Amino acid sequence: MGTFHQNKGELHGITVVVDTTGPEIVVGRCDDMDERGIFLHEADVHRDGEGGRSKEEYVRRVAQLGFWKKHDHLMIPREKIASVRRLGEI
Amino acid sequence: MPYSELLVRPMREELTSAGVKELRTPEEVDAFMNEKSGTAMLVVNSVCGCAAGMARPGVRQALEGDRRPDRVASVFAGQDLEATARARSYIPDIPPSSPSVAFFKDGELVYFMPRHRIEGRDANSVARDLTQVFAEHCAVPAS
Repeated sequence: MGTFHQNKGELHGITVVVDTTGPEIVVGRCDDMDERGIFLHEADVHRDGEGGRSKEEYVRRVAQLGFWKKHDHLMIPREKIASVRRLGEI
Repeated sequence: MPYSELLVRPMREELTSAGVKELRTPEEVDAFMNEKSGTAMLVVNSVCGCAAGMARPGVRQALEGDRRPDRVASVFAGQDLEATARARSYIPDIPPSSPSVAFFKDGELVYFMPRHRIEGRDANSVARDLTQVFAEHCAVPAS
């Protein structure tokens, strides 16, 4: 039992890792994804090499225990998205 | 903003009816967390159906097994704000996540299931992970 949102895409409510075509990698809870891009809630952005961690090292770390949000809402334009993965599958 | 209590009550009862003690105030959280001996599980409940809709039945199912924690409690994120904040203060290195499950042994966090390990899974899978934790850390019940 809970609140469900049937009009949203299959990734709605799922925490995803969005790798970009640039140095940033983003983790957040997907609200929806459409032709404009992906819309995230409670997201964190990591830049490759920040804090001495590569993108993949950062992802491995957040996959264990989670991440601290830096943004309440974030939209990543479709042309900047390299890949979208479910954090729970990493 | 908290949801209507009418909406939330069944979500509270889904856990309390399985023997989970709901902690509604910081003082109740302190009392639960300050008892260090043995095993304790703290569930961070949530309204979100995408994950909590699987977390609650998963927790219920796990608690039906032979081994279970000595003490089990929950706080309700987004509803009982002060109690949830106090609960999170006991695991300051863990990013806030709801729903989630924290498991303590002798007062020390030994396992944490964040939201992203619940999303997209079914109750059986959540229960299976928790049952493994119980098997590792909880005493065999006296026959």
